[in-house]
Amino acid sequence: MSKSSLKQTLKDLNTKKISIRELNQDYLKRIKENENLNVFIHFSEDNVLKQIDNLENDNSTKKLKGIPIAIKDLFCTKSMPTTAASKILENFNPTYESFVTQKLLDEGSIFVGKTNLDEFAMGSATNTSFFGNTINPLSKEYEPLAPGGSSGGSAAAVAADLCLGATGTDTGGSIRQPASFCGVVGIKPTYGLCSRWGIAAFASSLDQAGIFSHNVEDASILLQSIAGFDQRDSTSAKVDVPNYFENLDDDLNGKTVGIPKEYSIDGIPMEISQIWEDAIKVLEKKGVKIKNISLPHTKYALPTYYIIAPAEASSNLARYDGVKYGFRSDEIDSLDEMYENTRAQGFGKEVKRRILIGTYVLSAGYYDAYYLKAQKVRKLIADDFNRAFKECDFIVTPTAPSAAFPLNEKQNDPIKMYLNDVFTVPASLAGLPGISIPFGKDKNNLPLGIQILGKHFDEQLVFNVAVSLERSYE
Amino acid sequence: MNNIIKGEKHDWEMVIGLEIHAQVKSNSKLFSSSSTKFGSSPNSQVSLVDAAMPGMLPVINKYCVEQAVKTGVGLNAKINNYSVFDRKNYFYADLPQGYQISQYKYPIVGEGKVTIDFKDGTSKDIRIVRLHLEQDAGKSLHDQNPSKTYVDLNRSGVALMEIVSEPDIRTPDEAGMYISKIRSILMYLDTCDGNMQEGSLRADVNISVRKPGDEYGTRCEIKNLNSIKFIKQAINYEVKRQIEILEAGGSIEQNTMLFNTSTGKTRPMRNKEEAHDYRYFPDPDLLPLEISEEEIGKIKTSIPELPDELKNKFIDTYKLSNYDASVLTAEKQTSDYFNESINSDPELKKHAKIVVNWITSELFSLLNKNNLELNNSPVSPENLGQLIKLISTNEISGKIAKDVLEDMFSTGKTARQIVDEKGLQQVSDQEEIEKVIDEVIATNPKMVEQYLDGKDKLLGFFVGQAMKLTKGKANPKMLNDILMRKLNKKN
Repeated sequence: MSKSSLKQTLKDLNTKKISIRELNQDYLKRIKENENLNVFIHFSEDNVLKQIDNLENDNSTKKLKGIPIAIKDLFCTKSMPTTAASKILENFNPTYESFVTQKLLDEGSIFVGKTNLDEFAMGSATNTSFFGNTINPLSKEYEPLAPGGSSGGSAAAVAADLCLGATGTDTGGSIRQPASFCGVVGIKPTYGLCSRWGIAAFASSLDQAGIFSHNVEDASILLQSIAGFDQRDSTSAKVDVPNYFENLDDDLNGKTVGIPKEYSIDGIPMEISQIWEDAIKVLEKKGVKIKNISLPHTKYALPTYYIIAPAEASSNLARYDGVKYGFRSDEIDSLDEMYENTRAQGFGKEVKRRILIGTYVLSAGYYDAYYLKAQKVRKLIADDFNRAFKECDFIVTPTAPSAAFPLNEKQNDPIKMYLNDVFTVPASLAGLPGISIPFGKDKNNLPLGIQILGKHFDEQLVFNVAVSLERSYE
Repeated sequence: MNNIIKGEKHDWEMVIGLEIHAQVKSNSKLFSSSSTKFGSSPNSQVSLVDAAMPGMLPVINKYCVEQAVKTGVGLNAKINNYSVFDRKNYFYADLPQGYQISQYKYPIVGEGKVTIDFKDGTSKDIRIVRLHLEQDAGKSLHDQNPSKTYVDLNRSGVALMEIVSEPDIRTPDEAGMYISKIRSILMYLDTCDGNMQEGSLRADVNISVRKPGDEYGTRCEIKNLNSIKFIKQAINYEVKRQIEILEAGGSIEQNTMLFNTSTGKTRPMRNKEEAHDYRYFPDPDLLPLEISEEEIGKIKTSIPELPDELKNKFIDTYKLSNYDASVLTAEKQTSDYFNESINSDPELKKHAKIVVNWITSELFSLLNKNNLELNNSPVSPENLGQLIKLISTNEISGKIAKDVLEDMFSTGKTARQIVDEKGLQQVSDQEEIEKVIDEVIATNPKMVEQYLDGKDKLLGFFVGQAMKLTKGKANPKMLNDILMRKLNKKN
């Protein structure tokens, strides 16, 4: 598939080689042709046409003017409903625009639709959505594949070339893993780089917005657009956002890469070990020093994550109670029944599972053994990275332990499903920036991703390494 | 002090601790910019954050933090440089987030104390355990529709300070004095408007009883009392209830109670199975609250004179009793009024006790009768000062002054105006008084005879008659002196 890049499209629009209308009609056509993938929860051609009309009458210069972008349906948007892929928000129309999407609108981008996700971003296959599975565009006809999750709709939208970029959110790997499964670039920046204001919360201390794109350059352009301090989010960072794109530099000579031994785990496919080695070799050729590092608490990352994230979720999702907005059950005889039936009918199985886990680990008598201990381990995991980054400038690992798996696999085995996050979760717990770029294929010709992790707010180096690997691979 | 309650079988002692919820005086809510104005139409002061819309995040209101620090300083308490907001999770229709943001393990203010003063001149310290900041919930309105409950979120997210005392209180009166004192301090600090009727100040009362000298007994908590009268009633009822159970050989079950203001009884709010597990954990949407010593120092400099300092100053400067001074300083408006009044004329400083009495008895009873606050008194502090000066210089008698004050109260005129218009000046003219006394003696020969025979009590009769003739304006001391002299001459 030869897809035009965001960078090239911006040039073509500037030189009038193509008009905003022509560009977007091309994308609209493909969106309609690919309805079977179930990429969008909300798509309205009229809405897109209206946006085109408005932009045609707008003479100001805007950085992303006319660029078709897909929005994960966890970001609240004024012009389109927002569901978080849940029945409980089925008909919810926000009166407000999230920080990230407002930034994209301010830059003149066009929202083509709201993409599918795991319900409230809880999942790794985009199969817990109330609105059905999304199908990985790379699927062979005889065997539909999962696009990964939770931002599977956004990853698939980019992979199927239904937009030039898409927003995602990443709590434990929800951008990087689907990027890997769909063969696109996905970046989760440092926790706090993009405001969480207006993103339906899953786990507040981990949730972070990010970008999917066709290539690293495009990701660097889009991330700059959505980053920045927001006083409405107390965890938003007061840092200057560099011009990542202008500063892209694939010269890595003299840098040191850390290779964590704990990421060599049993049972991962040979091809994944192979691309990891390949990436290290490429870096070595570019003058990068290789440093074997240890992140000793890595094995505790998954259990820690599956305590902290559900704990926060159990509280964050308490607001969906049928009182103020969203779905309310008809079968109500008392206040308690309203809660019970609304939430029993409004939430799906995986969400309920995590609310139960989260409620349990915060309960009197269990708090110390689970939640408090998990917080302590989280600190140890962050310390591991801090120590490692004294010896190296960035870390390279595989993104996921497998390529895209068939849609129906792992459906009934949550533990197996949770293992998908094994390489992405540690950086989430430490709040570090991470990118996944396509780097090789498995024996079925499915893409595999390499993950690059950087120090806090060192997105620039993460992009530089990514672009360097990407150029070597092309 | 005797705090012993006589039971049927034993002597008992009550042990009381209070959790006071004081609404922070602030224009906007603890985590949103919505207004906190009382009495607005339902749901007119609700932001996206207050309604817990998806993706909305709390942002701490710095002013509320400063108010809490200020209050902590006023309670002689330790201000914590590091405190944490936690989520207290429970479901209720008027709790939009499904959790209340509060402070659990690390409150903003630590241990402190306040002093209460008794009529007999003694005082007692009540220790404060902590003060923390938290959000108020909305209001469920059950009386608008027979089958529905409506929810008003105007109050949702308003900042509260919860002030927790040690169980140092031993009588209902002490409980009342303690909450009055807290209210007084908060109002001096201007950190709470102290309006108990509007619910700006309310208390949960923890009560247990024990045989004197024993360990603390099991306590019950009575929720949400919004007047001192109800607090005392609830304590009295609850103590009696607990003693009766214990003396009958039963035991107290730890419970949360509600007080019914019309029956004067307490009843359990929920049974054991419904007991909440609030699953407190640090709110991941908020960073820990860090306050530097510099910031605390800056807030300290903004703190006005507090009731106890002012009380001591009044005692020193005006030689008032501890009790008088504490009555005077209990409310800021009273001490302000006193200050303005006594400073309106240099002569008045010598008569501080008279000024206190006129404010706390005569003026207060007029205000009470007319349902007015001192702030809205028709008699200004200066005018009261003028009236007292007229008394102290013998221009009018104290008795007449009472009538003058009533006139001042209803007409708004000054004391001088009324005295001049009505010619109420005290008669201190020797000759004039002598004339009147001569007349009284002349018209009551029989009485004079009886008096001279030893019926001393009749002196009052002659004073009364003379006063009547002078329309009460005669200088009473002169009248007395002259009368005695003249009567004794007859002897």
